[in-house]
Amino acid sequence: MTHSLDRTEISLLIGLPVLIGLGFILPEWIVNYIQVSLGTGLVALGVMIQMRAGLVSFGQGLYFCIGGYAAGLAGKFAGISDLFVLLALGILASVSISFILGFLLRRYREIFYAMLSLAVSMILFGLLSSIEELGSTDGFNLPAATYLGWAPQDETAKHALYVATCIPTILCAFLLNRYLRSPMGYIGEAIRENELRVEYLGTSAHRAVHIKYVLAAAVSGIGGVLWALALGHVDPEMTNWTTSGQFVFVAILSGTGNIVAPLFGTFILEIVRVYAVELSPNTWQMILGTVMLLTIIFLPKGLWSLIKKSKSASKKGQKRSEIIAGGE
Amino acid sequence: MLTAVAIAVDGLGFAAWLFLSSVGLTLIYGVMRILNIAHGGFYALGAYSAAWSIGLYMQTGSTVALTYLLIPAAAIAVGLIAGLLIERGVLRFMYGRDEVLMVLVTYALFLILEDVTKLIWGTESYVAYQPAYYLGTIDVYDIPYTVYKFLIIGVAVLCGLSLWLVLNHTRSGKLLLVVIEDREISSALGINVTLFFTVTFVIGATLGALGGAITAPEISVSPGIGAEVIVMAFAVIVIGGMGSIGGAMIGAIIVGLARAASVHIYPPAELFSIYLVMAAVLAIKPYGLFALAEGRKI
Amino acid sequence: MKTLLETVKLERLFGAVTAASDINVRIDAGEVLGVIGSNGAGKTTFVNMVTGYLRPTSGQILYRGKDITGQPTRDITRLGICRSFQIPQLFLELSALDNMLIALTVAKQKKPVLWRPAISPSLTDEAMVHLARFRIDQYADQEVATLPQGIRKLIDIAMATVSDPDLLFLDEPTSGVSADEKMHFMEVLINALKATKTAVLFIEHDMEIVEAFSPRVIAFYEGTILADGPTNEVLDNTKVREFVIGSEFHRKADEAEKPSREKGEK
Repeated sequence: MTHSLDRTEISLLIGLPVLIGLGFILPEWIVNYIQVSLGTGLVALGVMIQMRAGLVSFGQGLYFCIGGYAAGLAGKFAGISDLFVLLALGILASVSISFILGFLLRRYREIFYAMLSLAVSMILFGLLSSIEELGSTDGFNLPAATYLGWAPQDETAKHALYVATCIPTILCAFLLNRYLRSPMGYIGEAIRENELRVEYLGTSAHRAVHIKYVLAAAVSGIGGVLWALALGHVDPEMTNWTTSGQFVFVAILSGTGNIVAPLFGTFILEIVRVYAVELSPNTWQMILGTVMLLTIIFLPKGLWSLIKKSKSASKKGQKRSEIIAGGE
Repeated sequence: MLTAVAIAVDGLGFAAWLFLSSVGLTLIYGVMRILNIAHGGFYALGAYSAAWSIGLYMQTGSTVALTYLLIPAAAIAVGLIAGLLIERGVLRFMYGRDEVLMVLVTYALFLILEDVTKLIWGTESYVAYQPAYYLGTIDVYDIPYTVYKFLIIGVAVLCGLSLWLVLNHTRSGKLLLVVIEDREISSALGINVTLFFTVTFVIGATLGALGGAITAPEISVSPGIGAEVIVMAFAVIVIGGMGSIGGAMIGAIIVGLARAASVHIYPPAELFSIYLVMAAVLAIKPYGLFALAEGRKI
Repeated sequence: MKTLLETVKLERLFGAVTAASDINVRIDAGEVLGVIGSNGAGKTTFVNMVTGYLRPTSGQILYRGKDITGQPTRDITRLGICRSFQIPQLFLELSALDNMLIALTVAKQKKPVLWRPAISPSLTDEAMVHLARFRIDQYADQEVATLPQGIRKLIDIAMATVSDPDLLFLDEPTSGVSADEKMHFMEVLINALKATKTAVLFIEHDMEIVEAFSPRVIAFYEGTILADGPTNEVLDNTKVREFVIGSEFHRKADEAEKPSREKGEK
């Protein structure tokens, strides 16, 4: 078996130092947006890899929130601010909880999967909103990140956190790309197409979905930690289904064709959101909804297909797979 | 004994609200196989329309009694306008597509409806409490309840009964049951499936709006109630079995009683009573109590 | 000959409906046999039970002497029993080659692998070889949804054979294939399978195919086995003639040897 890197992985490896460099060159406001979208972009990645298997997670915010609160609780109650420890805690929390919940969710598909994932995320929402010590719906603040004892201040702190956000994000994207190319990831698309056949070929579709679910959760948890540190704050809105819906929106908009697409999609969303909300706060969701409808109707493989210039553009009679998977 | 009665009445009251808030959703799914997230939008539109029109009306100083007509009127208006616009304008071009795809479409529509609501009525809260208190209160075992609460229970029962009667004892209703079973065969038999879809969607939208309209006098109507009701409605129809109206009724009753029980016996569980019921039901019947049967695949 | 599969008093009830009852079948290694019976007779139910898709209400399924009753499909596939479907179960949006690649990837993956890429040039070559075995390699890059039924059936069967099973169930392999192509289709198929000494059980409605390709036939009727034995005996069996194939059926052997036999004989 070859361990060759495909184009995407090479681009990621080249892109990382470029991305880090940009953090020192570009104006601060852009760098802020990049940083925020890297964190939330990871959650969109989690949604995207599930979509490859035809599963729409309307509750990915659950693990986004679990990661964030893991970091937050560690900071608030144990005084832990070390980035590496916080990331580890976020991953641990996400993986353990998703491992358990995975046993339930792996048995469902399509609509049920969407509804149950939504329901589970709202359970956490209700729970966190009612806990006074955690600030109820207001949430609470986190201390600034430190790095193995080094506690940078001001400008240096900002740069340090930026770099510390870029590296895990690109690494996750790289690893997820490897996963999608591996046998376990590859049969995700087969599960979407014909799960019965997958079972008859000799492997467990449920197990494949479970693994996928846990991976998506881990990645979303990391995103939650990074986002929480960037903002210095966590609140239950992170797990509200309306937040999860935004990750779904990004996944639809960017398409599932390539692992970097959701990252770009999130970044574009962040920028557009700021301006749209400033111009007309009561039409932001309408714009989102309309863009989503138009994407579903006219650009089923998402914006990435424009970049790819896919050959089979105009097929009438769309199937879900055109939208929920691009396959490269 | 007191607690039992309290639980029963509270439970039925909540069950009525749950049923009215979810029956439209399950009806639309059963007939059209569309999980309509925009349902939350209909609920909100119904609530806002009712609250606003009641508020306007009250300013004229007339008798409160007539506000009770405004509630179904608001619901029907929303159902007709929003329902027709969405069904004829968007959904009808997408029939037959994958179910999950339709969820994404209705989610997009929900986002649009949320802002439509904001554009029409702004972001402040609307309060129209008059209908809720006009009928006074009634004491059951020395616990006061608004008569309005019993009115809601009555409306829910009426809705449930009417739907059952229409579906099982009228010609159109039976034809609808056929469409629910198999859309393709139905149209091959000459049933105007498109018409049924339109009518069903409008009725489902009206019922969703009715849920909101009838609740409006009891709450402060503000942005976000649509998003909240979606969660509850989903849970109820998952418990009852998607597409089953009887299931929605029984699911609503079980959840209503469970929630009332936890309020009176173990308050911390209140928030999660609905999810606990869902978990318990799914453990025994993975697709809900009265899930629609599926034919053999291979 | 070594007994591969043995079912003992297999039974399957669906509420009040008896889909299968008292099914006792023995299949030896390398055997080729046909299964006939009208729709609803229990043929596919039998295959569904043996391949783990359906749990028998009672009875046993023994594979190489070991009880496999109730095991899930994926485990039974791994043991060496595969099947193709009445309605081809394929990954419709993907190309024929992709379908084969997935089948090969699954067959080769013993434990979950998350790191190494699944597709490699050698795997692609292997997939092409499998397609070529059934003479469908020219369709490799076409999306399955656009292919005609006969080709789809062959892809379906090709996917079922990637793991080189010892026992293969073919559910109506020629249904959907045009009448003048059926014989050739079955020839290609059976020859490919005989080359690997795979035991084959195929469900068929076309008696000419059954006669031509299987030395042994089992006849199902209303969930039970009417007859099980050499093809000419079973097709002559009065009950089989009455309930399954119709007494009007003229067999080629009859026509050749006894031209005077008339229609309508009971």
